[in-house]
Amino acid sequence: MSSSFLFRRVIQQCSSVRPLNLISTRFTSTTLSPSDNKTTTESPSTVDPQFKKKIDDFVKSNKIAIFIKGEPGAPRCGFSNAVLQILNLHGCDFKSKNILEDEQLRTTMKNYSNWPTFPQVYFDGEFIGGCDILLGMHQSGELVDELKKIGIRSKLSDVNDKNTPSTPSS
Amino acid sequence: MEINKDNIEKKIRDEFDPTYLVVEDCSSGCGLKFDSVIVSKKFEGKQLLARQRLVNDLLKEEMTKIHAFTQKTYTPEEWEKKQGKDAANPEGQAKASGACSGICENAQK
Repeated sequence: MSSSFLFRRVIQQCSSVRPLNLISTRFTSTTLSPSDNKTTTESPSTVDPQFKKKIDDFVKSNKIAIFIKGEPGAPRCGFSNAVLQILNLHGCDFKSKNILEDEQLRTTMKNYSNWPTFPQVYFDGEFIGGCDILLGMHQSGELVDELKKIGIRSKLSDVNDKNTPSTPSS
Repeated sequence: MEINKDNIEKKIRDEFDPTYLVVEDCSSGCGLKFDSVIVSKKFEGKQLLARQRLVNDLLKEEMTKIHAFTQKTYTPEEWEKKQGKDAANPEGQAKASGACSGICENAQK
């Protein structure tokens, strides 16, 4: 499936995204004051240990954990929507966090993952990457194998078996 | 240094010595957006994540100001194979096109 086709498809499917009852919960309960909304240069070593533990628990206790802009039923970003569509195509359950609702989470995740953008995808506590990587893995067939490794049988397993991926992974 | 297509291209070219490089400026009301296709021997032996981290590290400063940056990274061998596939299947030819749909919080401001 070409990336341009998939992107066109995910945009078209925006209105038909299966509404999942997965309203993201916040890690933080306090509202940041305006003085807190400064450009962060927080390094991994300065990430609040308690907050880091919450993130650790979240990514490690869910086979698929994603950090997106918006909610699964109402994504606020085309790239986040693309990730949701890909996971839906493969029939994956996942847990998500809406980084638009939690500025501390948004800032912290950039350091935690050492990744500057969202969405961010974790499989079994391991950072996989963002939309480009998930799309690349989906197109090459690699995603089916990666899901299998974490005990998830993709809905596209049979399709994958028929079309043996030829794209080399390096 | 101003963040623009040419400067980003130059940085990538200097660092990766690509055999093929395209950087498209897809900036819109949401902010600065760039799509890139980078083909380089320096990606050989590296998984997708490692490749993208290299590019992210190179553009660390720019990333703090860019709204969206997509990157397709290939080794020369992968690119050749892909070109062969695309020639056989023109309909499936991937065109770098951002998925930014303009509905993020930036556009809401």
